[in-house]
Amino acid sequence: MKISDVPQDTGISEDIQVVSYATEDDGRYVRVGSRGWEPVNVANGLAWQEINAGLRETLAEVNCGRVSVLAYYMVVNQMDVALLARYAGFFRWRVKRHLAPRVFAGLKPAVKAKYAEIFKITVAELEHLPSDPLGEGGNG
Amino acid sequence: MVEFCHEQTAHCESGVLANLLKFHGLDISEPMAFGLGQGLFFAYAPFIRLNKLPLITYRATPGRLLKQVARGLGLDLRMRQFKDPHKAMLALDELLERGIPVGLQTGIFWLPYIPRAYRFHFNAHNLVVYGRAGDEYKISDPVMPFATTISQADLQVARFAQGALAPKGKLYFFAKVPATLPLAEAACTSLRYVAKQMSGVPFFLIGTRGMRFLAGRLGKWPARLGDRNALLHLGQVIRMQEEIGTGGAGFRLLYAAFLQECQGVLDDPCMGEFSARLTEIGDKWRLFAAMAARICKERRRDGDSFVSCARLICTCADREEQLFKDILRHLG
Repeated sequence: MKISDVPQDTGISEDIQVVSYATEDDGRYVRVGSRGWEPVNVANGLAWQEINAGLRETLAEVNCGRVSVLAYYMVVNQMDVALLARYAGFFRWRVKRHLAPRVFAGLKPAVKAKYAEIFKITVAELEHLPSDPLGEGGNG
Repeated sequence: MVEFCHEQTAHCESGVLANLLKFHGLDISEPMAFGLGQGLFFAYAPFIRLNKLPLITYRATPGRLLKQVARGLGLDLRMRQFKDPHKAMLALDELLERGIPVGLQTGIFWLPYIPRAYRFHFNAHNLVVYGRAGDEYKISDPVMPFATTISQADLQVARFAQGALAPKGKLYFFAKVPATLPLAEAACTSLRYVAKQMSGVPFFLIGTRGMRFLAGRLGKWPARLGDRNALLHLGQVIRMQEEIGTGGAGFRLLYAAFLQECQGVLDDPCMGEFSARLTEIGDKWRLFAAMAARICKERRRDGDSFVSCARLICTCADREEQLFKDILRHLG
């Protein structure tokens, strides 16, 4: 890749440049800043589309009362039951139980505090959906 | 406070290495660190899934770079992992007080200064902590243009990210570095090792064989997986190859820069030729990524297809195999 070919397509990296290696006219390698590359933006956007589709599905289930709001916070943090269980130090079946609205409502404050800490929110926030539940999900 | 010079690099592990060594007065460039660390690799591992998508890797296992560079150059690299987050933070503080910059393995998802779009649960992101002011740690993250800061709470969470490749608070630093380095020797060892890995491992998922196997599968993805899933798989290949931290073309350009540096280190003009060949191969990989992205975006040009993508990968595989065999033959 020649220096003149280093792409400068603004996108996912916001205003942060990334480093590419490119060659000068005489073939010498140098580090060149790049604002990003369209193929990378496309592929990254595709991954986010998938995450956000999953989030919308979960949100619908939370809204109709099939799962607890914990499911929303789990998915918005890109976790599944296995990963959340690792963070919380609980068995998977326990986390799975907490995804039931009635079980979640009756959880001890200490357990809720544990989840809130993992998601970096307060216990009060953990008990409700945020005002803009889809606003968190990156681009695309 | 430690006088630490932050420099942005393409890849986090080789960048941390280069920056740490610079602090200790050793002038090792990022490509040199990457090459000596035997960073270049290829493997297709469909049995390992990341968000339901197969693992495709263009680089060696995380952590390997560090160990190989330390071994090859005879550096005294100390590495520790922890069970207890508090002890992990105390150990970090103690080193910082002694004026030693410390490398950390972290989960990138938990680093607030990283652009949102890059924040996935990837747990092998390396960065340097070079100081502390109250509750704030001074961070030199090689993929960021500037040095930055992070709160103690955020750093602790990132050091104890969970899941695949969990860092378990891993920290590392150089206790002692020699005055002279056996660069040429280490370079030859690494060149040979990588060349063998790429062209001579008799296993169908590794090296150029792995590329051809991936190509074979990739050509059939639309039929096997359905349109949407095939696109997601293709997008995954692009991301592993080009997303932040590869320097372009799945580390091929970074390695080509290493080969170019070897020309001087080994006083061997052939290395320059090998470098030029790998640059060309890297450009081919980028052609593949560009075509794959057009397919993902439903903006195909004439001739764009999964089969054409597969053909490009096969071309790369053929040329890389020839290149690495030539390197092996040349080094004898």
